[in-house]
Amino acid sequence: MANKTIVDFEAIKNNLSNVSKPIQVLNENAEITNQEIFDTFSDDDLVEFMKKMVWERALHEQTMNFSRQGRMGFYAPTEGEEASEMGTVLAMKKQDYLLPAYRDVPQLIQHGATVTEAYLWSRGHVVGNKFKARSMMPQIIIGAAYVEAAGVGLGIKKNKEEDTIAFTYTGDGGTSQGDSYEGMNFAGAYQAPVLFIVQNNGFAISTPRVKQTAAPTLAQKAVAAGIPSVQVDGMDILACYAVAKAARDYMVAGNGPVMIETLTYRFGAHSSAGDDPKRYRTKDQEQPWFEKDPLIRLRKILTDKGLWSEEQEDKLTDEYKASFKDAIKEADSVPADTVSDMLKRTFEIPTPEMKKEIDKFEAKESK
Amino acid sequence: MAKKTYIQAITDALDIVLEDDPKTLIFGEDVGKNGGVFRTTQGLQEKYGEDRVFDTPLAESGILGLATGLGLTGWRPIPEIQFMGFSFEAVDQIAGQLSRMRFRFDGLKTAPVTIRTPYGGGTHTAEMHADNLENFFTGIPGLRVVMPSNPYDAKGLLISSVENNDPVLFMENLKLYRSMKDDIPDGKYTVPLDKANVIREGNDITIVAYGAEVNEALKVADTLAEKNVSVEVIDLRTVSPIDTETIFKSIEKTHKVVIVQEAQKMAGVGAQVASAIAEDAILSLDAPIGRVAAPNSVYPFALGEDIWIPRAKEIEEKVNEILNY
Repeated sequence: MANKTIVDFEAIKNNLSNVSKPIQVLNENAEITNQEIFDTFSDDDLVEFMKKMVWERALHEQTMNFSRQGRMGFYAPTEGEEASEMGTVLAMKKQDYLLPAYRDVPQLIQHGATVTEAYLWSRGHVVGNKFKARSMMPQIIIGAAYVEAAGVGLGIKKNKEEDTIAFTYTGDGGTSQGDSYEGMNFAGAYQAPVLFIVQNNGFAISTPRVKQTAAPTLAQKAVAAGIPSVQVDGMDILACYAVAKAARDYMVAGNGPVMIETLTYRFGAHSSAGDDPKRYRTKDQEQPWFEKDPLIRLRKILTDKGLWSEEQEDKLTDEYKASFKDAIKEADSVPADTVSDMLKRTFEIPTPEMKKEIDKFEAKESK
Repeated sequence: MAKKTYIQAITDALDIVLEDDPKTLIFGEDVGKNGGVFRTTQGLQEKYGEDRVFDTPLAESGILGLATGLGLTGWRPIPEIQFMGFSFEAVDQIAGQLSRMRFRFDGLKTAPVTIRTPYGGGTHTAEMHADNLENFFTGIPGLRVVMPSNPYDAKGLLISSVENNDPVLFMENLKLYRSMKDDIPDGKYTVPLDKANVIREGNDITIVAYGAEVNEALKVADTLAEKNVSVEVIDLRTVSPIDTETIFKSIEKTHKVVIVQEAQKMAGVGAQVASAIAEDAILSLDAPIGRVAAPNSVYPFALGEDIWIPRAKEIEEKVNEILNY
């Protein structure tokens, strides 16, 4: 029999759901819900945000086209997540480190990789990883970036690098992996400047967020590690940018890590390799999220202000898509890899056994 | 020059690499103030400060994730996994991340990380403390696995490991930690990471061993010398890569070989040596390849170790069997 007089566990559990509302600046009807934050943005800022989201949407559409033509490898669709991805990455500075997950290729491009490199990464060519940006490649193991980010953050601190932090991303599913806790806990213990971003898009492939954890919010998962965390409307680029920027400012002032959970939605499939969302969610469930499309609300505000038009957006989209077509042509022209080079890349100094293997393959390849 | 134990030789090496390269960092569970549970890092935090030698939370994947990240920001990490059995917690970071860095980035980003960890049977530890896990870790491309058998090699191999720009798993044998002493030169010297050592020359049969089994093989060589049998003993020193050239050269002379390991027989270092001989040097032999290895059961609880781990007696039996073939 439950004995409430010793400890009222039920009350403690219920209290976990008493969390602040997600931070929002612009709601889905394009109404300003936080004037104070909204007023920090100039008209130029708003236009810049819109352009970035149009760019990411165009990148997605063109990449899906290439995918249907059999010209891509692994691709994780990003449609619906433009506010969450562009909003946060725009708060980065060039000297910051990025540790992205596989759906974060647009952020990697924003941080300095070329679209050609991104396409080569998708296809599975080493040149795709040879970007000059301070970034890891898109991580496949969903918790791994979090533990590595703690090390990058500690390295930044030990290097006494000013105005520099690490940004890392995972998804709602990623927060279930032990590494995501270990990474946050290490960063907390060392007060390392790492911005942990959880893009909660509702599904880990097919598993809905509610089946992932009993925690009322994913942001709460940082609390146990002593890390301040907050939920943000992930369909509102103004909120995503403002919060990521505030978190970065907080860390460069000498403070430890922060975690942000963006509430967003993956409009399409998990990956372009045969996942079908119809198997695990209904149109009725999807529709309300489609109405929250991050482009719609900002487009409306900008149009009302006379700063944006359909023609302008179409023209931009065409320009972006033309540049992606150039990028894939460039990717097509990269020479194929060789086995001897794969062997040479394994160690700086090849082992005696590998030297023989290299010779063997070089002889074959020169024929 | 001074007589030093295996542990003292390792401490000596760590002291040298901390002194030589300001980018080296030592971290792990209890390595700071406590100097490690075996006192291997004793005095190092005091000498080099908490920035260079520091304790971590108790989580192996976190420790090695820290190493990957610190490597990315220009540091040269020397993390410690307190006991090798705990490394299973960090398999993604070792096999999935660290060992792939050079390959992934074509050398633009690397992982100059040396993971130190104690292993090895015979000291009656709790479960998950003593397993010989080299069979598992030598199957990882991009990772070197080093297993010194004596204090001299331990120091020289550790300095080489830290100076190497690729990840190295440096396995320290628990039983050897305090059971033997060598003359250790003061200051820096290195032992190569791809060269086996002919530790005893002989003409009648070759024993290939590594780690604690090298001493067992040497005991057998001593015993058989009294019976006028001349045994050559090869200490592999590194089990990834394996220096097959030295082995082939030896069996060309002796025509007989026994391969010894403390680990289970399945899928491992001894099997790799046997397969290399079978593939490239079989005609040097005039008898079957002999193998001595632990049984393929799960690693025993402490009280089972003595009947399970093969030592000199089992090696001698196998050597005699091959000699009399």
